[in-house]
Amino acid sequence: MEARMAASESRLPLANIWIAFITFALAAFMGLYQVAERSGLFPKIEIIELYFRSVSSHGVIMGYVLTTFFIMGFGYWVASSSLKIPLWGGKKLGWLGFLISLGGTAMAAIMLFTGKASIMYTFYPPLKANPLFYIGAAFLVVGSWVWCLQMVMTMNVWKKQNPGVPVPLSMYGMTANAILWFITSLGVSSEVLFQLIPWSLGWIDTIDVGLARTLFSWTLHAIVYFWLIPAYIAFYTLVPKAAGGKLFSDEFSRISILMLLVFSLPIGMHHLYVDPFQSAGWKFVHMIGTFMVAVPTLITGFTVIASMEVAGRLRGGKGLFGWIKALNWSNPMVLAGGLSLLMLTVGGWGGVVNASYSMDVAVHNTQWITGHFHLIFAGTTVIMYFAIAYYMWPSLTGKPLFSKKMALAQLWLWFIGMLILTLPWHILGLIGQPRRIGVPPYSAEFTAPWEPYLILMFTGGVILFFSALLLIINLLFSHLKRKSSERPVMEYAQALHPSLKMPTLLNGFGFWTAVIAVYMVASYGYPILQFFLMETHGTFPWSI
Amino acid sequence: MHVDGTEKKWVILSFLMAFAMMGILTAYAINYNIRPPSNVETVDSNALHLTKEFAEDNLGLKVLADGTVTVTMVAARYGFYPQNLKVPSDTSIKFRLASADVLHGVHTAGTNMNTMVVPGYVSELTTTFPHVGKFPMFCNEYCGLGHDYMWSRLIVVPKDQFTLPAPQGGAQ
Ligand code: HEM
Ligand SMILES: [Cu+2]
Ligand SMILES: [Cu+2]
Repeated sequence: MEARMAASESRLPLANIWIAFITFALAAFMGLYQVAERSGLFPKIEIIELYFRSVSSHGVIMGYVLTTFFIMGFGYWVASSSLKIPLWGGKKLGWLGFLISLGGTAMAAIMLFTGKASIMYTFYPPLKANPLFYIGAAFLVVGSWVWCLQMVMTMNVWKKQNPGVPVPLSMYGMTANAILWFITSLGVSSEVLFQLIPWSLGWIDTIDVGLARTLFSWTLHAIVYFWLIPAYIAFYTLVPKAAGGKLFSDEFSRISILMLLVFSLPIGMHHLYVDPFQSAGWKFVHMIGTFMVAVPTLITGFTVIASMEVAGRLRGGKGLFGWIKALNWSNPMVLAGGLSLLMLTVGGWGGVVNASYSMDVAVHNTQWITGHFHLIFAGTTVIMYFAIAYYMWPSLTGKPLFSKKMALAQLWLWFIGMLILTLPWHILGLIGQPRRIGVPPYSAEFTAPWEPYLILMFTGGVILFFSALLLIINLLFSHLKRKSSERPVMEYAQALHPSLKMPTLLNGFGFWTAVIAVYMVASYGYPILQFFLMETHGTFPWSI
Repeated sequence: MHVDGTEKKWVILSFLMAFAMMGILTAYAINYNIRPPSNVETVDSNALHLTKEFAEDNLGLKVLADGTVTVTMVAARYGFYPQNLKVPSDTSIKFRLASADVLHGVHTAGTNMNTMVVPGYVSELTTTFPHVGKFPMFCNEYCGLGHDYMWSRLIVVPKDQFTLPAPQGGAQ
């Protein structure tokens, strides 16, 4: 009975996750093309129109498609496996959201692949794409709002049925993420709906680029926490379980999730540090706010390492560091957790540099930035998506994983490839290479020092592409296997000191949503309002 | 609610670290007046030639009546104009830039001259170049298919070998 229910509940998450990984494989191939093009080793493929078409598609898929669909799929599976109640609104509503997002993605993808939207994943005006690109992107977001609603409402239904009982941590984190995504997506949605779509259709002649960039910055920071929180959920509830231990602290996990939610939303203006049209005072306020986000990140680091230590000691590890050796590194979730934390530690320092506006001017829009976010996002975050997929696969598909060895090799290759790709990029940025270039005809006196790093970058890209293939093969071969007799259940870590009661503030979001609303108005109210108070000059659309 | 002793210490330490970083940044911002280029000033990018300041024959280095050394530049697909710029070393220089078309960015590698150039707005930043030599000014924001071709040269000449033009009568 339970197995049959699981089978029917698993279709929606599986569909979402397959869309995520199929598009990911495509985008990984584009990544391979891009590093090959930029390496200078293959003059035949240096076609600039194709290159920018590729980077735009790669960025949109990796940044918006892989992430949104993966997170929706993971969210649906967490909701049914942790709460064990039917989805609010029913599976049909979930499929409706899925189809809206998928239709939008297809529309945007056709425009990208045919070169009608080669304006990068940030689509900064006044470069203009075909209107269908913006409309497709809007559908992708609107479809995901259905998911947000289902996460929040399903948690509420469960709370009504279980008064006074703490919401399982995995679902608490997932709901936080749904709220975060809804609020943060309002910025870019307003830009797309009120500025870009009417302007690209010719209904209005000009738009204010300053306002558009401010609205986009609203979204651009917290969106990275939308991507990252699923990895944190795995850190708290899956890594300790896989390691054979317990979660060190349920309460502090909730506190850091809440801090991420509140602190990460109102600080997006750090993406405008070197833009005109916003004054230094507001940039300073957002810079200070940015450093608050370091706190939950540090707390998470502690909770995860402490949970792993508990597991290592339970397995007989002794001494100050002996527990590290005692951990079960041949478990994909444990391995990914360790590698992910390492990349977070390296990348975190880069983040502190970017966040300080005094240092940011030295690296803004250089290759350093691309290096930074591939390390933190494509590395730290996405390696956890892989591990989550491996972990969920048996319970989702009802079949064991095709090869654990292949999974371990895949994770190691991703880690190694990512370091070889991104560390040279950091150096390239420091010696002045801009991001978003193909093979620029700058004078050789400036580009000669870049060459060895470009070769390293290419090597890293090849390793990463190979790793991406291993992931797809493993997931596909598992899925195609014959049904096994028993479908395992999805298991989550228990807390070391399970709480029977949770303070109301740590078991809901009403109060925190109100705090965010106030903080958001305080930090974005005037910076947006100013565009309506001063006389600005709009800008006409330009083609690439 | 269960709170572990070590964990509590770590949380306090985390807050202290964040406050320390904020404190350092605030101290530098106040003491050395460090701030990013943040000019709030509009301009009609569709008609730069009609503005006095960004008209073609007014671009480049000049000295204002009050003695400020100013460089006026226009970013347009695909170049920064004037394309070869000579400036004196160790001199505070105020750059003013406007875009004639789309979004651009300008970065002189190895210096802190880095700003976006946004249509509809004037970017302004003041900096000093302590090192003599040839520097590139790369466009660092994707601006179209010719983006790779968008760059100019900046030549920093020793201050004592550079003759500044005569101050202008209050132009700006
Ligand atoms: C196969 C592995 C990958 C390779 C070889 C690769 C390579 C590249 C390259 C060469 C660029 C252009 C960088 C520039 O113009 O400065 C790029 C851009 C980008 N990559 Fe990747 N990448 C890979 C995986 C990923 C993953 C997993 C993500 C995130 C999930 C990601 C996100 C992005 C984004 C958002 C951009 C757009 C940057 C922009 O528009 O400036 N990449 N990638
Ligand atoms: Cu950000
Ligand atoms: Cu450019």
